[in-house]
Amino acid sequence: MNEAAHPVVLVLYLLSAVLFIFGLKGLTRVRSARRGNAVAALAMLIAIVGTFVEMGTFDPWWIFGGLLVGGLVGSFAAVRVQMTAMPEMVALLNGFGGAASALVAASNLWLLVIQPGVPVRAFDVLGGSSAATTVLSVLIGALTFSGSVVAWGKLSGALFDKPLLLPGRHVLNLLMLAGALVLGGWAAFAASDLGTIAILVVVVIVLSLALGVGLVIGIGGADMPVVISLLNSYSGIAAAMTGFVLSNNALIISGALVGASGLILTRIMCVAMNRTLANVLFGGFGAEVAGGPAGADAYGPVRSGGAEEAAMLLEAGDSVVFVPGYGLAVAQAQHTVRELADLLEKHGKKVTYGIHPVAGRMPGHMNVLLAEADVPYEQLLEMDVINPELKNTDVVIVVGANDVVNPAAMKDKTSPIWGMPILEVHHAHSVVVIKRSLSPGFAGIKNELFEYPNTMMLFADAKKALQEMVREYKVIMG
Amino acid sequence: MTGVLLFGIYVFVLAIFVGFEIITKIPPTLHTPLMSGANAISGITIVGALVAARTTHPDVATVLGFLAIVFAMINVAGGFLVTDRMLKMFGGKKK
Repeated sequence: MNEAAHPVVLVLYLLSAVLFIFGLKGLTRVRSARRGNAVAALAMLIAIVGTFVEMGTFDPWWIFGGLLVGGLVGSFAAVRVQMTAMPEMVALLNGFGGAASALVAASNLWLLVIQPGVPVRAFDVLGGSSAATTVLSVLIGALTFSGSVVAWGKLSGALFDKPLLLPGRHVLNLLMLAGALVLGGWAAFAASDLGTIAILVVVVIVLSLALGVGLVIGIGGADMPVVISLLNSYSGIAAAMTGFVLSNNALIISGALVGASGLILTRIMCVAMNRTLANVLFGGFGAEVAGGPAGADAYGPVRSGGAEEAAMLLEAGDSVVFVPGYGLAVAQAQHTVRELADLLEKHGKKVTYGIHPVAGRMPGHMNVLLAEADVPYEQLLEMDVINPELKNTDVVIVVGANDVVNPAAMKDKTSPIWGMPILEVHHAHSVVVIKRSLSPGFAGIKNELFEYPNTMMLFADAKKALQEMVREYKVIMG
Repeated sequence: MTGVLLFGIYVFVLAIFVGFEIITKIPPTLHTPLMSGANAISGITIVGALVAARTTHPDVATVLGFLAIVFAMINVAGGFLVTDRMLKMFGGKKK
């Protein structure tokens, strides 16, 4: 902590750190989540007030200008963003956090080392710990920023969703990382010519930005839940590094908390796919398993039907489980699902939803979408809860999900997704799969569920299919 | 100097353990809000950004600090508000 810091400031920072812990704890329980978020926001306010107290006099223009611009842009985006666009929003916010941390570290370096204009090593001015963490903060912050922007591009459709696998990309990434560390180390500990230091820092920033792109560009859309959680963690680590640079415990503590929370989510996502983090980051899953045939010609006879047949199945059944996937988000069909579910419930049928942890493009994606359509969260059942019940389920409606319901994960040891926990919908009496075509899912492999005798394919856009099912169901029920 | 670094590492490691301890089991419903809420918290870097932009003689450092404030504030305001919006949705139809 700053030697000069006022005791009041230290108390405010401590209070803020404690409230962040309470806030984060609150965010892990449905009942207390909203209050937890508010407590964390209060903690942020206290930390900012503490900083103003610490600064004493300052030039208000830059500071209030920045607060105003950032506050307006952030609030506007938060109020206006569509729930279907939430993965993009979260990705972008992660990136901004990283960018801010990198900028703070760079600004500190400029102010203390370069601006005075006296040739000196950064190490001599900042000290070893601050000099080294300046490099780390710039590196992690910048790669979080560019990686998040690439993730945003993939999620919003601005960039290609499929992994782009450049030959030798791992070597290239490793070289960029090594280059950034070596040049950063040179700038922090060896160079004393101010021009050289400035150029080195710029090169480190460029290398880090390129590294972020290199790391994320090779990862496909369906692995995005892992990537977003990991970038979330990085944004926290970058803040903690900035805390080391400034010897500010408030930053170190809060950054570490976010880093831990992001890592936990990353782990949950990896477990849900039965893959290691290394496999997700370096695997390039999807493009490399090109071995097996996967197009429509890979399938034997497939039973397909229309909305009318699906409605008849629903009419005859007593229990219905919806299994949503990314296709639901793409088709924006969450409200139509809810409409159909309401109709079924009105006729005394039991309706629940089976949610796979990695369905969609970010952790909890399906929950957010269905919550927007006012589906009670008690009806959203986790994989472990719904699986034993699927045997006794009359109709399962799979809306835009593919790999997470592929029985090959349980039955075919040679399958690339072997061992991944799935929603065992093939145990249900009948399964209706709403899908646009027989094109493969993200894993690029055939889904044998589509050939099962109890499966009916409904080839259509998810929203249109569901709307027609609502209509047909109403006709049947008179 | 190593004393300061060591102290910082103590705080960092202990805070990570606190994080692991308090976030043990998260219901999937809260995966997204936890992420966006945690992300807003990482906007704490705004504390450093404010200090970086305070100088009365604007220089490169001030401009970098100003940009840092903008980015961090988007993160803070956007993160907390969008999290609240999602959580309001979750709580809305509890009855």
